[in-house]
Amino acid sequence: MKTLYLVLFLPLLTAIFIRLGGARMSKRAVSVLATSSVFVAFGFAIMSFIALSRIEPPRAATLIIFEWLRLGSMSIDFSLLLDPLSAVMICVITGVGTLIHLYSSAYMEEEEGTEFARYYSYLNFFIFSMLTLVLSANFVVMFIGWELVGVSSYLLIGFYRTKESAANAGKKAFIVNRIGDLGFVLAIFVLMGVFGSTDFNVILPSANQLGVGSVLATTTALLLFMGAMGKSAQVPLHVWLPDAMEGPTPVSALIHAATMVTAGVFMISRCHAIFELSPVAMHAIAWIGAITAIFAASIGLVQNDIKRVMAYSTLSQLGYMIMAVGVGAYSAGFFHLFTHAFFKALLFLGCGSVMHALHGELDMTKMGGLRSKLPITYWTVLVGCLCLVGFPGTSGFFSKDEILYQVLTSAHGSIGLWMVGTLTSLMTAFYVSRFFFKVFHGKTRLDHNVFEHAHESSAPMAVPLLALAVLSIGAGLLGLPHFISHWQPFEHWLAPVFSDLVRSEGHSESLGLPIGLMALYTLLAISGIGVCWRLFANVSETPTKIAVSFSYLHQLLWNKYYIDEIYDFVFVRTLFGMSRRVVRWIDQGMIDGSIHLISDSAQSLGIWSREKLHNGYARFYAGALVFGTVLMLALALFTN
Amino acid sequence: MFMSVEFALTLAVMIFSLGALGVMLRRDPLVMFICIEMMFNAANFALVAISQYLGLIEGQALVFIVIAVAAAEVAVGLAIIIAIFRNEKHVDVDAISQLRG
Repeated sequence: MKTLYLVLFLPLLTAIFIRLGGARMSKRAVSVLATSSVFVAFGFAIMSFIALSRIEPPRAATLIIFEWLRLGSMSIDFSLLLDPLSAVMICVITGVGTLIHLYSSAYMEEEEGTEFARYYSYLNFFIFSMLTLVLSANFVVMFIGWELVGVSSYLLIGFYRTKESAANAGKKAFIVNRIGDLGFVLAIFVLMGVFGSTDFNVILPSANQLGVGSVLATTTALLLFMGAMGKSAQVPLHVWLPDAMEGPTPVSALIHAATMVTAGVFMISRCHAIFELSPVAMHAIAWIGAITAIFAASIGLVQNDIKRVMAYSTLSQLGYMIMAVGVGAYSAGFFHLFTHAFFKALLFLGCGSVMHALHGELDMTKMGGLRSKLPITYWTVLVGCLCLVGFPGTSGFFSKDEILYQVLTSAHGSIGLWMVGTLTSLMTAFYVSRFFFKVFHGKTRLDHNVFEHAHESSAPMAVPLLALAVLSIGAGLLGLPHFISHWQPFEHWLAPVFSDLVRSEGHSESLGLPIGLMALYTLLAISGIGVCWRLFANVSETPTKIAVSFSYLHQLLWNKYYIDEIYDFVFVRTLFGMSRRVVRWIDQGMIDGSIHLISDSAQSLGIWSREKLHNGYARFYAGALVFGTVLMLALALFTN
Repeated sequence: MFMSVEFALTLAVMIFSLGALGVMLRRDPLVMFICIEMMFNAANFALVAISQYLGLIEGQALVFIVIAVAAAEVAVGLAIIIAIFRNEKHVDVDAISQLRG
């Protein structure tokens, strides 16, 4: 298990090294060093994974790096926990991380040397933070990772620091996340109070102490979920994720699609023992997930910025995951997290490739016909889109299908949730194929010059695309539906983590329901794609007509339900108004006022003595001398 | 003893006060100078009287030092007054206030 040290600290050391010395190194050296460190970490992660698989179930290994705090009877160590859940996560993080490091070396090559080094040091630092988060063995270390991830996300969103929108997006992400973190911290305090410990090994097996269905359990679960809502961008704390697209595209792929935003899902899976205690909290979680899924998908229907469409689809898929864990289908949710990491990273990198070819163009209404110009991007993005749509045979199909099946059959699930999920699935098919057809098919709407000069990017960008495309398809094999295969490596692997659950085994017997559902999803996917093909594959007036005839709805979606405006009005302005008053009355009025009073009076005393006392008349000085002497003598005489 | 110590001290105080008043009220630097001398000598007189009264010699020794210092001070002071007189063509103390704040 010592390999975990290397997995965790290699990226950190590289990050520090590059930050300090990267400006003096060549860009090639920086990118090679950063990429290879993550790649080596990936190798060690695989080794840890294999080592863990050799341990008898329940597989888990704890590694104490150092003893950290002793607070009365409670001790908090900086310790790592490797179990099936974190083992999968470290492989995904370092694996996808390696590909994105590789991709970035070409994508960011136009940056200056110092900026390039800064980018890579942040990216490596993010890998370290994320690994800390998933490997943590207690809530405090997890919180440290949680915050470090937030910081590196902030740094990377605001990477183009001279651009005001990017800087603002970074701040927005950080601040919105703080709201969620408040809940997380409070939950940690509650757990400390009840259990006198923060270790997962202590708390989770005896989570019953909180009381099944008790108010305490519900509160704790909801507070924890608040943290998850911030990181995983669930409604109503979702507003930061679309703005986070201001960062470089590979960052969006790594942080805001594949890894960081899944931290919330990971945390709920990790602490499922606590969530299980409270049916109320579980219901709330499932419904918030469902609302996020359909809400984000509906916004995605009308957006034109390709990265924003992807951002909303990420929100929507996160909603699926949260819905899955909310109905107790942790394994299904986690499987979707796993497959989504690949195909969404792929899609973002594909967007990056398109942007790279078109010099940063993001508006899909200005694209079209890129199929012939960007063949590799075209085919890999096609794979990604099919996964996202849930086309039969792809990983997204199996993972989403499993979630919706569980939502329908699980004890916590309900038909309402299922209907929302299914409707979202149709919308997903629609917006994804709209994106795809508008970018790659039809006649180009690009400037002739730009179109002619668009060309496929170099190998460092193509290789990650191809690798992720293979992974996107292949990942599905790890979690085929039960009626197709008894080989369930993914679920088996995670079984020790979720072993305490009473599983609602609906899998085995009836074949009719799962097959019927699959047919339904296939039909939905194909009909969504078909409709889009008619509408968007060639330039036509129909989409505009539809938009005009539903103009109110279109406006509502186009403006993202006016959520940003509402927040601005309700929170931001109120806060600013309040702070303006505090500034005016308390800071400027009372505090500055009293200080100014003191300094002003000292000053006027000085002016007075300069003008009136130091007047240059020798006789006046003599008189003052005498007066002073007499005064002192009088004092000496009369006070004795 | 033809003079009691009380009388001597009273006389010293009176001379000192007259000198001080003179410094404060007169505007002619020479007269002010004379008044300062009066104050010096009042102090000297008090020193001698006390030393006589207590039977100690230190007071009288101190008087000689004061006289020597006063002589030096008079030399410097008169030199300053003459220098000012050369520049300003008049010697009104109140007019010489260039060094005010």
